[in-house]
Amino acid sequence: MPNFFVDNSDIQFQFNNLDLKDIVKIAEDNYAQAKDFNYAPVNYEDAIENYRKVLEVVGDIAGNFISPRAPEVDQEGAHLIDGKVHYAKGTEENLKQLSQADLMGMIFPRKYGGLNFPFTMYVMAIEILSRADASLMNIFGLQDIGDTIRKFGNESQRQEFLPKFCTGEVTGAMALTEPDAGSDLQAVKLQAYQDSDGKWFLKGCKRFITNGNGEVLLVMARSEAGTKDGRGLSLFACYGDSTVKVRRIENKLGIHGSPTCELQFNDTPAQLVGQRKFGLIKYVLDLMYRARMGVSAQALGISQAAYYEALKYAKEREQFGKAIYNIPVVTNMLIDMKEKIDSNRSLFYATALTIDRKEKLEELIEKLKSEGKPFSEETQKLKYEIKVANLLTPMTKYILAESANKITHDAIQIHGGTGYMKEFNVERLSRDARITNIYEGTSQMQIVAASGGVINDILAEYFDERERREYKGGLNRLAGFLKEIREIYKEALKYVMDKKDATFQDVAGKDLVDLYSYLYVGYLLLNEAEIEPKKIYTANRYILNSLANAKKNFESIKNENFSDILHADEILI
Amino acid sequence: MFNSIVLVKQVPDTANISGKVMKDDGTVNRAKLPAIFNHEDKVALELALRIKETYGGKVIAITMGPARASDILRECLYLGADTVYLISDRKFAGADTLATSYVLSEAIKKIGHYDFIFAGRQAIDGDTAQVGPQTAEKLNIPQVTYVEEIISCKKDKVTIKKKIDGGYEIVEATLPVLLTVIKEAAESRPFSAKNIMAYKNAKSLTDIEGMTEGNSLLYSDKLVHEYEEKNLFIPTFTMDELKLDADRCGVKGSPTKVFKIESVVLAGGNHIKVESSKAGIGNLIDQLMADHIFG
Repeated sequence: MPNFFVDNSDIQFQFNNLDLKDIVKIAEDNYAQAKDFNYAPVNYEDAIENYRKVLEVVGDIAGNFISPRAPEVDQEGAHLIDGKVHYAKGTEENLKQLSQADLMGMIFPRKYGGLNFPFTMYVMAIEILSRADASLMNIFGLQDIGDTIRKFGNESQRQEFLPKFCTGEVTGAMALTEPDAGSDLQAVKLQAYQDSDGKWFLKGCKRFITNGNGEVLLVMARSEAGTKDGRGLSLFACYGDSTVKVRRIENKLGIHGSPTCELQFNDTPAQLVGQRKFGLIKYVLDLMYRARMGVSAQALGISQAAYYEALKYAKEREQFGKAIYNIPVVTNMLIDMKEKIDSNRSLFYATALTIDRKEKLEELIEKLKSEGKPFSEETQKLKYEIKVANLLTPMTKYILAESANKITHDAIQIHGGTGYMKEFNVERLSRDARITNIYEGTSQMQIVAASGGVINDILAEYFDERERREYKGGLNRLAGFLKEIREIYKEALKYVMDKKDATFQDVAGKDLVDLYSYLYVGYLLLNEAEIEPKKIYTANRYILNSLANAKKNFESIKNENFSDILHADEILI
Repeated sequence: MFNSIVLVKQVPDTANISGKVMKDDGTVNRAKLPAIFNHEDKVALELALRIKETYGGKVIAITMGPARASDILRECLYLGADTVYLISDRKFAGADTLATSYVLSEAIKKIGHYDFIFAGRQAIDGDTAQVGPQTAEKLNIPQVTYVEEIISCKKDKVTIKKKIDGGYEIVEATLPVLLTVIKEAAESRPFSAKNIMAYKNAKSLTDIEGMTEGNSLLYSDKLVHEYEEKNLFIPTFTMDELKLDADRCGVKGSPTKVFKIESVVLAGGNHIKVESSKAGIGNLIDQLMADHIFG
């Protein structure tokens, strides 16, 4: 009876140490909701107890039902028959159970049938489910679609769509990408037009749409004829009715349970969500925080699954008269994997909390505004959280997705030839991991997005404060290394800025973002090591590794390793 | 609309035995075993919930057992039962199937109107499969055992597929009826998140007395009232409340006597070489049938 929440001591550690007080207080209207809903918490402790118990259900379903079905879901995949998408049998069963367990509307307000859970708890559920079957994230994790309607749609749209998400009657899809608009979404062409009554219709094509067969589609379309950039785009909600044709589904390397569709909209009736022209520049950018965290959670879940597979195999497999677990190079690889996963998880939940605080502050400010109360203090706080979220979200997505690729790669390595065979789960996990550093923005795009915060050193005050602190015993030594990394970062940044060369800055972005992440995660781990002695190992390996890597990052900047890109044609062609 | 009463039982988790659970005299040390929801009873509850979803009505779950059996009643609420009752009294201890079915049937009479009574085929601790059928007898209603599927329900009639040796039978029964259910009948649903949050603090009288013990600031009566107000009180039926005949309850009312308990250690014995031919295999089959290993 494996429970993927209970059996994972590091998730338990994160859960037990998350400080959700301010978030829950805002989300629960100071616990006033308990009067109207028998499942609303009466105080903070009650709320935490609720989250724990519900995550135990998620862990139970993940460990005992979804995980055993995953190999078959991968093998069968979603398929298209006569223009209709069918999920694999296991996916159907997974969705049915998750709906029965009331988990398809975790983040929606109770009045629409949701659980009103904080975002952080929702992404924890995604992590747990992704460990069982990564492809399920691409359906379960699309609750964000409903959440975007909640945030930016009107009340009648909320009432129309949200209850259907909560019961599992509908799933959603976010239709942004087009053949010529991938990373560059400003190039979206799909046309939105109005008839004489002012009703909106959609016409055109979308490609690579995850769960494009979903019943509720959130579509970005060009509502302002003749425009060419992001300011001519608006967001629409529509049903996946007979006017929406699924032309094909992609035959992919991994996440086979998730249908990736090419859609053709043939004068599809649609509703405008929010205001015209704000589609990309406001709503989709906002959606991206949550979508990128969904993918990060997926990457983390896959990594965790791969690590457990590798650990189990290493203990069972005997060579040279002993379990390979006891062969130092293998032991070292396993510790590396574990250190990466645990440090990634620390980063992940710190980011989730930041986004959670940001979203709850936004809600609070709206509320204060409507009540005619002052909100300048909250606005100040919000500004800071947005700045931090803009740095941490892409940084998290970049680091976790790249790690998932490395960890699944190493998990196969530990299995040796066996791991290359379809009979073992690591082969599937490594295929599933491969998409995580591509979709919802490639790693390269994440680095660009995170660079602003890194170049402006937005966490300077926070790091100053951390540097002044005294840590327990041996941790002071590690704190000293972090100071050293910070000096390296400052020097590297100065070197890059002094060059005043945009190309150089672009290419050096990766090294700078890496450097900044060592500092942020390093300090998180120091904190954790003070609470939990076992974490000293994680902090130790992470910070020592980071110091070595920091020196390498700095060397490649200082040596201008990549200055030869000016001669790209000579080298490449 | 059909109302159902489901008989559920908390049983020792015989699949996850760790440590020493057998006493030296060969009896089971229940305190050492984790207690779980008897699986077939959970399937029985699932069928009752499906009836409710399809036709409307209420689902009531009852269990007879010690105070800690309220654990599985909370689980019934998490799964979607509307009401639950704990039937508990020290005087029920040591009951065999006869005494148990007597108490259950009287509790069911007290609860009142029902169309269906569901029970698991048998519990994994005693494996008797007798409590369901005996309860039906005492209530003087028809019973169908080994239920695999409820095909349809009409006003006062239900069509059922039941498992028999080597196949199945389709039978019809008039309502009210008692059905005992096999595990293949359905897969139990997961707990509902909303119900968990709503009923996680549901408590029986004994649970509440446990809270007040050693805490002079809490009074059971007041707490019971509070829990009732919040719809979180699990009512308990005792022997007196059910106005039962003490001679028919517990050890007193149980004619079953355990003659002997043996601790059987399974171990391999002799090897027999079987000729790899039709005749050789035929002989092996004959021998296995003669030993009642199968057939």
